[in-house]
Amino acid sequence: MLVLILLHFVLAALTPALCRVWGARAFYALALGPAAAFAWVVAQSPTILAGGAVSEGFEWIGALGVSVVVRMGLVQWILALIVTGVGTLILIYCRWYWVKGAHPRSASVLTAFAGAMLGLVVADDLVLLYVCWELTTVFSYLLIGHDNTRRANRSAALTALLVTTAGGLSMLAGLLSLGFQAGTLLLSEIVAAPPTGPIVGIAGILILIGALSKSALIPFQFWLPGAMAAPTPISAYLHAAAMVKAGVYLVLVMAPLFAENPAWRVTVIVLGVLTMVNGGWRSLRQTDLKLVLAYGTVSQLGFMVLLAGLGTRSAALAALAVVVAHALYKSTLFLVVGIIDHNAGTRDLRELSGVGRRLPVLATVAGLAAASMAGLPPLFGFLAKEAALGAFTNLLGGGDIGLPPAIGALLVAAVVLGSTLTVAYALRFWWGAFARKPRIADSEVAPARAGFLTAPAVLATAGLVLGFLGHPVTDVFAPYAAPFAGEESHGLALWHGFTLPLGLSVLALALGAVLFWQRDRITAVQETFPSLIGAEDLYRGLMRVVDRSAVEVTARIQRGSLASYIALILITLLTSVGGSLLVSDHWPAGTFADGWGQVAVGVVVIAAAFLTATARGRVRAILLVGVTGYGTALLFLMHGAPDLGLTQVLVETVTLVVFLLIVRKLPKYFTERPLQSSRWLRIAVSVPVGALAAGLVYLAAGARTATPVSTAFPEAAYQFGYGKNIVNVILVDTRAWDTFGEISVLVLAATGVASLIFLRNRPLDLQRVDVARVDKRAVPWLLGSLRRPKADRSLIFEVGTRLLFGVIMVVAVYLLFAGHNYPGGGFAAGLVAGMGLMLRYLAAGREELNEAAPFPAGALLGSGLSVAALAAVSPVAFGGRVLQSYDLRLSIPGLDTLNTPFGPFTLLGDVHIVSSTLFDIGVFLVVLGVILDLVRSVGSGIDMHEESEQAPAPEPDSFRALPSARRPS
Amino acid sequence: MTPNLVLCIVAGSLIAAGVYLILERSLSRILVGVLLASNGVNLLFLVAGGPAGAPPIIGLATAEEMSDPLPQAMVLTAIVITLAVAAYVMTMAYRKFQIDGNDEVVDDVEDARIRMLAERDSESESFEDVTFSDTGEDVVSE
Repeated sequence: MLVLILLHFVLAALTPALCRVWGARAFYALALGPAAAFAWVVAQSPTILAGGAVSEGFEWIGALGVSVVVRMGLVQWILALIVTGVGTLILIYCRWYWVKGAHPRSASVLTAFAGAMLGLVVADDLVLLYVCWELTTVFSYLLIGHDNTRRANRSAALTALLVTTAGGLSMLAGLLSLGFQAGTLLLSEIVAAPPTGPIVGIAGILILIGALSKSALIPFQFWLPGAMAAPTPISAYLHAAAMVKAGVYLVLVMAPLFAENPAWRVTVIVLGVLTMVNGGWRSLRQTDLKLVLAYGTVSQLGFMVLLAGLGTRSAALAALAVVVAHALYKSTLFLVVGIIDHNAGTRDLRELSGVGRRLPVLATVAGLAAASMAGLPPLFGFLAKEAALGAFTNLLGGGDIGLPPAIGALLVAAVVLGSTLTVAYALRFWWGAFARKPRIADSEVAPARAGFLTAPAVLATAGLVLGFLGHPVTDVFAPYAAPFAGEESHGLALWHGFTLPLGLSVLALALGAVLFWQRDRITAVQETFPSLIGAEDLYRGLMRVVDRSAVEVTARIQRGSLASYIALILITLLTSVGGSLLVSDHWPAGTFADGWGQVAVGVVVIAAAFLTATARGRVRAILLVGVTGYGTALLFLMHGAPDLGLTQVLVETVTLVVFLLIVRKLPKYFTERPLQSSRWLRIAVSVPVGALAAGLVYLAAGARTATPVSTAFPEAAYQFGYGKNIVNVILVDTRAWDTFGEISVLVLAATGVASLIFLRNRPLDLQRVDVARVDKRAVPWLLGSLRRPKADRSLIFEVGTRLLFGVIMVVAVYLLFAGHNYPGGGFAAGLVAGMGLMLRYLAAGREELNEAAPFPAGALLGSGLSVAALAAVSPVAFGGRVLQSYDLRLSIPGLDTLNTPFGPFTLLGDVHIVSSTLFDIGVFLVVLGVILDLVRSVGSGIDMHEESEQAPAPEPDSFRALPSARRPS
Repeated sequence: MTPNLVLCIVAGSLIAAGVYLILERSLSRILVGVLLASNGVNLLFLVAGGPAGAPPIIGLATAEEMSDPLPQAMVLTAIVITLAVAAYVMTMAYRKFQIDGNDEVVDDVEDARIRMLAERDSESESFEDVTFSDTGEDVVSE
């Protein structure tokens, strides 16, 4: 069964190729899918008829108890026969309908739909059922909107999608609650042992809402006529035979569980009757043949849900009969309309005339189907209608399900009225399509090909043949009806004797004929009906409100100003989180401070922060931020975080230098702003946000009761990371993935800075000093300063740099290797080494920087990332996992200890190398590359801008600058 | 776990001053605000990580005396990222000066267009109000 469903999807995927090769004939290949499934379903008949079931499946999401299980019992078998049988015929019909070659997408979606529909009717797992259910919705959306250049199609497709998925969501909630209450998601097991309780009752109503939306019952009925925008074969399949039956199917399988529930029964009766009468009545005023059928379908669906949901034995039997009869005659009629539309060029019954004489075979086929719809003997529609009428007359006795006989009588009257309307629109349809009408010229009709007629002819004949098989069909259907309460049906037969149902049937036929005969008066009466506000208007109103409010909300919130966005976010934070903070009564008793040193540093930091916020000068603000940064570093140290303190100091210094290098070309002051109201607004937002952040963390830290995850770190760091500095082990081992992501960000940011300055690419020809031409007697302390103007040079700075650079580099290397066991590591080492380069630039300009680092920064960034990546993946080669650490102890003879005259001197000792050091070297290279890149960009790059007059020129005593004289290209 | 009040207050002040600057229009001021706020947030990490203690280095102290190393590792990466972001944003301010002579963050043009649409009460194009008449007008055919 699953293979057959899969076959549909495979064929759907192949459709574009098949259509290209075979054109319209590809539909024959596509029909193989449903045909194979039909043959298989027929082959299972002996098992099913013997009361058995066929099932297969496998587990899908074990933890949730969801499985892909299909199971075919009696109801599923009947529906599967309809879905696959009608599907095969319709795909064959499509070959003639789209004789010039189909739109491959629609053909493909139609085939996939057939598969999803088969899955829906055989699914045993409720989640699988829901998945197939929504698949049919989506395919229906695509098929209705197949010509997406037309507004009507798009609108109808969207309406169908929204209405049926809204119902589907309700159904999902119902299915899951039902499954939860029953302890299993398998439909067969739920039906075998029905759960009880109020939640089950609610679940039933939720499921019913889904079924009603899919089967287009009031108040959801309006999507179905719109869906007629789809091509006619698709309407015949989706909106007559298969998809809209899904709701009826669901009611059929759920009825044994819920029919006793009063809310279910009332809903089914009221909405079923309303839909039946309303649909039939509106059908009588349609002039488009397809819409006559569409409203007729709405009416019949109401009838079917009424029968299926009523929950009596005779109604259940009649429901199955009506489902089968309707599938046969309604798809026939749709296909007939398709042929008329195709061959006569119109399907407006005001324009068609005399088609019956030109297409006598078609007229006969349509006549059979219309007669079945009207309930004329000897067709199967008559048998079904007799059984249905019998089911309602059984209610008159009052014994069936305890309904008061008066309600039973009302129901009988309503069903007779519905049948009358059905007779009237059946006549109207046949007359409209085939009759010769006065004052209308005969239509030009092309003769229909035999192949085109096959599908409707087969379906209509089936309706005729089944009419004579009433007794065997009754025996097949009876096991489904047996468990329900109430009198047994008199069965399906052409003749039961002179019974009340027969009399009602004759009455309906006669009244229907009268309605048709007096059609002009009926039209006049219909036109006097006031137009009521219906569900459709509510739907449209809702859509308009959604659209309107989306525009309004966007306009209110999306002001375009960054500050207002941030303020909005922060105010949301304040009102939501801040509110709950205010009412909290769990304030912990914290410690005031760890010592007076902490308090002193804190006071300085707070003062610096306040001054920063009020600073008008750029340099002033930057220096003050630096104060807060260094203060933070001290607080880190006092807290017991030497690595943080070290890194923070280094970063603060680098940031300061980078800022000053940029700020030299910017105006001295920030943009002048007089005291404005917005300043108070900003204070009103920022102060509470600061308080909120502090209060939140204070509260959260105090409320913490769980043991920190890091209690196991000290042991693990040494055991698996082979390092004593736990923070460093976390960086290069425990959370090394995170570190790798971080250095990638660093590379990106540095590249971003370089591209903002150099715009295209970093300069690759680094200007160096030509050593050969340097006067040997006047070699300066720093080579790069040779060509600098005397005024720019500072001897003491150059000497100091020359002396310090080597020391700085040694410290950097020490930090890199010591970092695994003592404070330090790749980040700190990279920053220190970078500061060495920075110093060379500051002392003697960009040529000196090129002397210090005679390679492009990109080379460092790239090699750093490569080394880190290599370190990450290399353990895999040795059978380990990515980023796993190994350690290695080396004792090199001769080098470990040096024997001096003063005694042995430990030189290298026992070298303990951990593989993650390689990763740290990658980090080191990246950080060094980033700083080199920064100095090259905001140092050398801006120097070059200045020389070529591309840098902005700050106006004296102003907060503005002249843009670069020559715009950099 | 007992939180440290002074650290919370210092962090809160840094964040308040930072947010005050972030709500500005000048890009370099916004950046200074981000730096202040991130210093504050980094301090909050320490508070959330638990009480002060010895450096988390094996051999210098027992595991019980150590401060929690995990938030420290997280803050360490945050510090370095802040450096990169600060350099980038500052260069952006430079570039803005180079082109326009100021570093104001201007309002988004596209957003202003959306606001205009709303003020004009025009519908968006996503919703098509096609009535499907059941009297055969606006015929739905394929």
